[in-house]
Amino acid sequence: MHLALVGTPNSGKTSLFNALTGSRQKVANYPGVTVERKEGFFVTPLGRQASVVDLPGTYSLRGRSPDEEITRDFVLGRASGEMPPDLVLCVADSTNLRLTIRLLLELKRTGRPLMLVLNMFDIATRRGVTVDAARMSEMLGVPVVTSIAVRKAGIADLLRKTDEFALQAQASARQNLWKALSVTELRATQREADRIIAATVSLPARPDTWTARIDAVVLHPVAGLSILALVLFVMFQGVFAWAQPLMDLLSDAFSTLGVLVHDTLPAGLLQSFLQNGVISGVGSVIVFLPQIIIIFLFILLLEDFGYMARAAFLMDRIMGGAGLHGRAFIPLLSSFACAIPGIMATRVIDNRRDRLTTILIAPLMTCSARIPVYTLIISAFIPDHLVWGWVNQRGLVMFGLYAAGITSALGVSFLIKFFMLRDYAPAPFMLELPDYKLPRPKSIALGVYNRAKMFLHRAGTTIFSMMVLIWFLASFPQPPVGADQPAINYSLAAIIGHALAPLFAPVGFNWQIVVALIPGMAAREVAVAALGTVYAIEGGKEAADQIGQVLATKWSLATALSMLAWYIFAPQCASTLAVIRRETGGTRWMVLTFTYMFALAYAASLLTYNVAVALGAG
Amino acid sequence: MTAIDITAIDMNSTTRETRLGSAKRGYAGVIRQVAADGVNSSLPPLELESRLLELGFVEGARVEVLHEGIVGGDPIAVRIDNVTVAMRRREAMAIIVV
Repeated sequence: MHLALVGTPNSGKTSLFNALTGSRQKVANYPGVTVERKEGFFVTPLGRQASVVDLPGTYSLRGRSPDEEITRDFVLGRASGEMPPDLVLCVADSTNLRLTIRLLLELKRTGRPLMLVLNMFDIATRRGVTVDAARMSEMLGVPVVTSIAVRKAGIADLLRKTDEFALQAQASARQNLWKALSVTELRATQREADRIIAATVSLPARPDTWTARIDAVVLHPVAGLSILALVLFVMFQGVFAWAQPLMDLLSDAFSTLGVLVHDTLPAGLLQSFLQNGVISGVGSVIVFLPQIIIIFLFILLLEDFGYMARAAFLMDRIMGGAGLHGRAFIPLLSSFACAIPGIMATRVIDNRRDRLTTILIAPLMTCSARIPVYTLIISAFIPDHLVWGWVNQRGLVMFGLYAAGITSALGVSFLIKFFMLRDYAPAPFMLELPDYKLPRPKSIALGVYNRAKMFLHRAGTTIFSMMVLIWFLASFPQPPVGADQPAINYSLAAIIGHALAPLFAPVGFNWQIVVALIPGMAAREVAVAALGTVYAIEGGKEAADQIGQVLATKWSLATALSMLAWYIFAPQCASTLAVIRRETGGTRWMVLTFTYMFALAYAASLLTYNVAVALGAG
Repeated sequence: MTAIDITAIDMNSTTRETRLGSAKRGYAGVIRQVAADGVNSSLPPLELESRLLELGFVEGARVEVLHEGIVGGDPIAVRIDNVTVAMRRREAMAIIVV
């Protein structure tokens, strides 16, 4: 038996889905679009196998966004490669029935067998709401069940009714009479819904006082912004401070494994492939897993609590000035740790134009992989002086690099708004601010688990193949016998580096830098190790200081500054590009991102280098 | 559950009609009409009207402006029945309240 869950956003659909299926879930994408398809499985009390699909939340079947089109097509049985559902469960937040009852009346026109699930019934009861479910069922002409998705026993009635439905010899689908509702029909349907609610629901008109009290502070112009800043501060502390030990642990584990392979296998291609290609290549991306888990933990907690919509409310005008949606705030913020979770988190933005803009600029946020490059160059070239008596010069440069990233992201977004994507109307900011709810550990855990799995899956497929390619470029052809230079200097990477060197000469890059940029495609920080390799410095992480000293003698200050400017934009991160391709459903946006970031990086470096040379730093 | 009370609209009311988009924080009233024609939104009028109706902004519903944003008092958070909706003042101009 196939079930589908339909409901308005914030109806508690997902917690019902989790209650029904537990961890038996499969998360994938619908073909051709970047809408998440969540399917789960469960067994009814009578032993019937059932699958259930959690459809994207919607207020109507009009299909205003790709997500909502999926919901409409799925219910109508038009979605390609999908079975039409045997039973549609329309999920309602019991404290807020108006919009769902109207949706249900619209759903009835599709002729699909329907059931109304009054979810969060416990909260409604606590607030003094009483519902005459039998009368409501009679008036609506569909079965009505109550449920409390957060409690195990809360869905017993739903499971029982599902079995009853299946026993009724499959109440087969009636004819589909659905057409998109006109505004007149919308009004009429809402009146009908309000009439039914008036006859079956008694409400002591007492809104959620907790939500009102919290909002009085959280949405306050001064207090609200301070709280937002505090939330972000804690989030960043978490991402950088708490993740660090775990990242060190992972990084050590990978290098130990690499050494183990090095010592076990005879020197040669296989050894180099496993140690440098597979273990350190994929490892350099997997070390970001703790950060990704912590970011999603925060995002899902805030979303579940109901704070994300408030953050969007507070930031909407400020973001809107740069042509961004209020909801783009958190994805962009996450990109400071790593663009990958940031780009994955743009799924909360339902308008395609707003989402694409956010994805395109997310890699401009200074991700943590840039930090090793910045620290290396800054500590080698920028003197540790105080400016204006109290500002550390190195800190100032670091701050400038972050600020340049943010400013350029806003600028690019502004340009996109004016020159591209003009055919997409920006979505007006219209968003339900749901009542606050205590986050449920189980659904948070499931959410984090699914994201981590998605990330590891990518690391195992797309990213892995990129790493193999990069290793191949850095290892072939092999150095001749009796070579006196590091192996990479004889490889394809070096050949490419030499070939590209004239292109990069105007920005002050020598061929060694160009060669190091190639393995830096794996993750930006890998460029540090690669610089060590081309300058023939042995000895892993501890060598960082040594690399700095060597660079200080080999590069001019202008070259170093140019390198810093390059890394503000630095297009080279294979994993980010792979994620962009997946999330936008095509190569086009990936190529565009690479191209525009390359152009910006080149222009910034060119400017920096020439200004620096003119000022005598060449 | 329903806060809709058609009798609440007093047709002979002397109170001035206003647009929700220009209402201050704390304003409470009843929707007299949802009319998106001539409203300066990125959406075509019919689409804006549909979206507002889908969020429950129908004639006769009670609304209250709960919160205002930081820059120019925009966006606003509007209580409609049991739902709070955040929206720009621009779009709220389509809602005529008394």
